[in-house]
Amino acid sequence: MNTYLQMNHIRKSFDGNEVLRDISLTVAEGQVVSIIGPSGSGKSTLLRCATMLETMDAGDLIYLGQYAARDEGGRSVYAPPAELRRIRKDFGLVFQNFNLFPHYSVRKNITEPQMLAGRSREEAEAKAEELLRKLGLSDKADQYPCQLSGGQQQRVSIARALALEPKILFFDEPTSALDPELTAEVLRVIRELAKQHMTMIIVTHEMQFARELSDYIIFMEHGLIQAEGTPAELFATDNQRVRDFIGRFQA
Amino acid sequence: MSLLTVIGQLMSGMGMTCAIFFLTLLFSLPLGLVVALLRMHRNKVISVITRVYISIMRGTPLMLQVIVVYFAPYYVFRVQISQSYRFAAVIIAFVLNYAAYFAEIYRSGIQSVPQGQYEAAQVLGYSHSQTFLRIIVPQVWKRVLPAVTNEVVTLVKDTSLSFAIAEAEMFTIAKQISSKVASIWPLLAAGLFYYIFNLLVVLVCSRVEKHYSYYKI
Ligand SMILES: Nc1ncnc2c1ncn2[C@@H]1O[C@H](COP(=O)(O)OP(=O)(O)O)[C@@H](O)[C@H]1O
Ligand SMILES: [Mg+2]
Repeated sequence: MNTYLQMNHIRKSFDGNEVLRDISLTVAEGQVVSIIGPSGSGKSTLLRCATMLETMDAGDLIYLGQYAARDEGGRSVYAPPAELRRIRKDFGLVFQNFNLFPHYSVRKNITEPQMLAGRSREEAEAKAEELLRKLGLSDKADQYPCQLSGGQQQRVSIARALALEPKILFFDEPTSALDPELTAEVLRVIRELAKQHMTMIIVTHEMQFARELSDYIIFMEHGLIQAEGTPAELFATDNQRVRDFIGRFQA
Repeated sequence: MSLLTVIGQLMSGMGMTCAIFFLTLLFSLPLGLVVALLRMHRNKVISVITRVYISIMRGTPLMLQVIVVYFAPYYVFRVQISQSYRFAAVIIAFVLNYAAYFAEIYRSGIQSVPQGQYEAAQVLGYSHSQTFLRIIVPQVWKRVLPAVTNEVVTLVKDTSLSFAIAEAEMFTIAKQISSKVASIWPLLAAGLFYYIFNLLVVLVCSRVEKHYSYYKI
């Protein structure tokens, strides 16, 4: 299987505070990888480095064999902007707090990025319609984000990301801003995507969800990967910290 | 002076006031955005210079600025001031002054747009300029409308400050007529004019605000 994403020996500090220390991970085509760990452990920073919202201090970032950043003598050197723009098309990101564009209708939220990427209006609208139908939001196309529930907004933001047909989709705690009853509808969508073999990297506190869905789970703490493995391996670990953490969230 | 002459002169004053008002808005609303961007510029020198400009514009009387702009060509460069420069001086001074006020309003508006909007746009492939023009500016515009309305109301009244260089706008003319005919009525008529003008301004601005109420930020 193709390697879709490879991160080698990532380091990232904020004003001398080392948030990521030597993180490596590989994600293959069709894989679902979950990242768990206590808050402040660096999960979001890792996702932000992977999606180029932060620049890494050190390490390689490689999408489908293309270097977005290459480690040269302990420092990440990024590819030229034109190449980064191309590489950005490989992935999408779903935020914890959605970040829909409030002044755009649901439809425009989904069509405009496609049109900026070069699709015609007809193609973009057809794509939006298809995705909204799949996500059960057909009747919301002309509404504005402020008129939707949190769960609906998050599904729109997933549709917006999917419309660009990314090879990899990142989720940063996609249900943490939602009430429990709205969480289920978003998890259902992600489950559906997993069935269609979408390659996904998901930061989540939903242990049961991570366990049943993931091919691989990474446990982070203090900017390090403390444990990793298949769900079976990780949920049977004798690493006490991991057991404590998982236990806390399953209670 | 016949009543008709008085009315005729007041009307021409109204025309001049409206001209000052609309031209000032036409230039200062967009210029304010440029000033706001310079004020937030990465380059320290640019941002400090812009900050000094804004602080002078806000910290000194507009009337003084009008006089300085009008007389500067003569006192500084010894250039004879032509009659037609009077109007230009008013517009230049007003535009420079109002751009500074609008810049500060825009700046706080821009800073109040959540970082997540920029990040979502970046990940979705928007360029910097596409992000700014399509995502940020419309939201800033909605956020700053109430503050802009306040400034526009003030501008209606501030136009009268151009009497300092005897520009023939509403207030200057009303004052001249009033002393000529020894009556307070021309001044009261001018006051009524400014009042009605501002009623219209507020009406239009609240229409515009309502137009943008289809979404919440
Ligand atoms: N932009 C930033 N500037 C300074 N410190 C930051 C920044 N972003 C994250 N941090 C710090 O990095 C650490 C890890 O944060 P984060 O990656 O958000 O953790 P998690 O997502 O696992 O909760 C925290 O201590 C946080 O305060
Ligand atoms: Mg986080």
